[in-house]
Amino acid sequence: MIKAWFKSGTPWVWLNAAAVSTCLIMVVGVLGLIVVRGVGHFWPAQVVQFSYQEPGGPIQTIIGEHIDSSITPAAMAKSTGYIMADDEDTLVQYLIKTGNRDITGADFRWILERNIQQQQTPAELMVVERREWGNFYGQLLAVKESGKIIAEGDQAWPAAQARIDQALAIFKEIAHLEKKEVGAINYSLEQLRLEQKRLQLNNRWDAAAEQRLAAEKAELEIDYKKYQTQLSELYRQIRRDSLVATTEGGKEIEIPVAKVVKVFQPNTMSRFDKVWHYGAKLVEFLTDDPREANTEGGIFPAIFGTVMMVIIMSIIVTPFGVIAAVYLREYAKQGFITRLIRIAVNNLAGVPSIVYGVFGLGFFVYILGGNIDQLFFPEAAPAPVYGTPGLLWASITLALLTLPVVIVSTEEGLARIPKSIREGSLALGATKLETLWLTVLPMASPAMMTGLILAVARAAGEVAPLMLVGVVKMAPTLPLDGNYPFLHLDRKFMHLGFHIYDVGFQSPNVEAARPLVYATSLLLVLVIVGLNLSAILIRNHLREKYRALEG
Amino acid sequence: MTDQHVRTHAIDVSSVLRDQKKTAEPNETCIKVENLNLFYADKQALHNVNMEMPKKKVTAYIGPSGCGKSTLLRCINRMNDLVDNVTIEGKVLLDDENIYDKSVNVAALRRRVGMVFQKPNPFPKSIFENVTYGLRIQGINDKRVLEETVENALRGAALWDEVKDRLNDNALGLSGGQQQRLVIARAIAIEPEVLLLDEPASALDPISTLKIEELINELKEKYTIVIVTHNMQQAARVSDYTAFMYMGELIEMGTTSELFTNPQKKQTEDYITGRYG
Repeated sequence: MIKAWFKSGTPWVWLNAAAVSTCLIMVVGVLGLIVVRGVGHFWPAQVVQFSYQEPGGPIQTIIGEHIDSSITPAAMAKSTGYIMADDEDTLVQYLIKTGNRDITGADFRWILERNIQQQQTPAELMVVERREWGNFYGQLLAVKESGKIIAEGDQAWPAAQARIDQALAIFKEIAHLEKKEVGAINYSLEQLRLEQKRLQLNNRWDAAAEQRLAAEKAELEIDYKKYQTQLSELYRQIRRDSLVATTEGGKEIEIPVAKVVKVFQPNTMSRFDKVWHYGAKLVEFLTDDPREANTEGGIFPAIFGTVMMVIIMSIIVTPFGVIAAVYLREYAKQGFITRLIRIAVNNLAGVPSIVYGVFGLGFFVYILGGNIDQLFFPEAAPAPVYGTPGLLWASITLALLTLPVVIVSTEEGLARIPKSIREGSLALGATKLETLWLTVLPMASPAMMTGLILAVARAAGEVAPLMLVGVVKMAPTLPLDGNYPFLHLDRKFMHLGFHIYDVGFQSPNVEAARPLVYATSLLLVLVIVGLNLSAILIRNHLREKYRALEG
Repeated sequence: MTDQHVRTHAIDVSSVLRDQKKTAEPNETCIKVENLNLFYADKQALHNVNMEMPKKKVTAYIGPSGCGKSTLLRCINRMNDLVDNVTIEGKVLLDDENIYDKSVNVAALRRRVGMVFQKPNPFPKSIFENVTYGLRIQGINDKRVLEETVENALRGAALWDEVKDRLNDNALGLSGGQQQRLVIARAIAIEPEVLLLDEPASALDPISTLKIEELINELKEKYTIVIVTHNMQQAARVSDYTAFMYMGELIEMGTTSELFTNPQKKQTEDYITGRYG
């Protein structure tokens, strides 16, 4: 009976089905976890006020968001030092995000459920997102202008909102002036300095040049002064106002409005307000710069850096891979050597990526970059231009890493072009090169795109080699801006993969950053899916266009 | 050979021949093959072939599969150069010029000697682009010239009326017979002197085959045509001269009527009477 069942092949079918379902469950599980954990992060949680009394201690007030709970069996709790009553089976603990790191020194606190006397959600509790020290939880007392109280009690909240909106507008203006205008002036001044050094090195530094540069410099400095006065006026305005608030302990503190990103009272928010808040936070996440060692704010520079690097890598790897594949498949005499090269290329795909990073650092950055600096940027010495990790080297290193994929799939594509098509072209008097350009390569283009898709997927998710050749925790400027030559390949950049590692494991506040890790992971997946989808769309378009001969 | 004998042929080609009333007057030679030997690695595929193909006539190669007729055809436009490990000895003279001479530009040669393959092989481009492919390679991009050429070539290949309204459609959307005529149009668009047809109708249905055969009859007014076929009626219908090949050797060549009605060699007779092959 069993034997017959085994013979029928049914178990084999079940085994296959089980394998497929396991894969499916894992994929769904991974995405599900990331989505659930990441997406929930921006939803405004209730702020709870606990009356908390440790045995024999005074009653404390704890204000914060409920983040997590843990249930420990009594025996285990006992062994870690908790005193357990006989009728207690479990020890329940809550993780509360209490914020106010500047006052208490920690953002998070574990509390025991059994010590909670009472818990409420008073409407007047407010959350202040600050540019430094994380969130503040407490109650608003008053709003001050230049040290004088201007609103108290019920008026305080609307006044605070108005002042904060005003301050945010000023902050935006300051950021624009500092980054765009002053940044451009600094860039120009640096260029002038380099030009002076260059002229001196070439022995062409004379009175005329000195005069010209001095004039340009003076002009820039006049602009700089102008912006400087504007800025100091703005700084004066933004520093004028402050909020007065009490913490859970009843302590009164003053928060400068300039340091506030947002205030809200989550306990009074309607569902619609919460959705609005969620949307605003999401937009902030996608479009803003990070704050507080990357644990708050947005991740725009990382998204931008990732996409930028992948695009530059694609521009480098595609022609290289295609040319190599064309030579291997079309021109090289097939034999021992080509077989050896193919084996080498395939093995290249198996080299651990960190090795590529080491190679990139040793060869591209130090040797190639160092020589470029000596040859083309002697005026910048001792500061390196290309002799230091940067976007170009990261892109080239990843291009090298993904080269095998492109070569292999292009070769497969070339091998699939029917001989009759090549002969048809040659018989019309085309040379081999013309046949390649006009017929074979266009027909193989979907295969090249397949290679590129695989390369993009691999490159966008790579972290290890990037840490050595150009990715940093915090890049002050994007690699693309309004200063000539606009694309700065020598700059360091931020990357989503590294950002995840950095936020999750290198930040001072790992607990606070954990949801951000999930959110960033989700975004990384989305970016890769987006890049791949666009490549797949292009490929399908090409496939339709160069449909191979049937039959 | 007697008339009696001819009538007993398994394949009765005599009636076809009578209809065409072929004449065997002497002609100017277009292609001359001299002492041609061809080896694929160690295997010899052509044994000392000598033949002459006259200008603006149709010459057919017949013979059993693997006898080297396609190989011989592909020697005329040096298509065999593409095969690895091939060695060619001897001469092929096109208008008294050896095409295997070192100074010969192979691409230029192939512009003079067009070729149509067994299976239609249009490029995955529009009909228009297919026909103009050879011209564009020569650097001709004048739109008026191209349009004129496309119309002439498609008319020449008896395809114009069927495709004139959809020149920009993908050529792969045409039927097999249309594709094959398109490929012929593509070949004659560059105005070659010689047209090589490698079993051009073997992958087609009877009606398409008939159209191709009619086309060959028209084309021979302008081009020297060499056709490989394993269909003896087809050879009899379309060709002026027929060469019978066997095991890499040219057994016999003559005017088509002569060869089919009065073969000189026993092997030829056996083949055309269907005793083997």
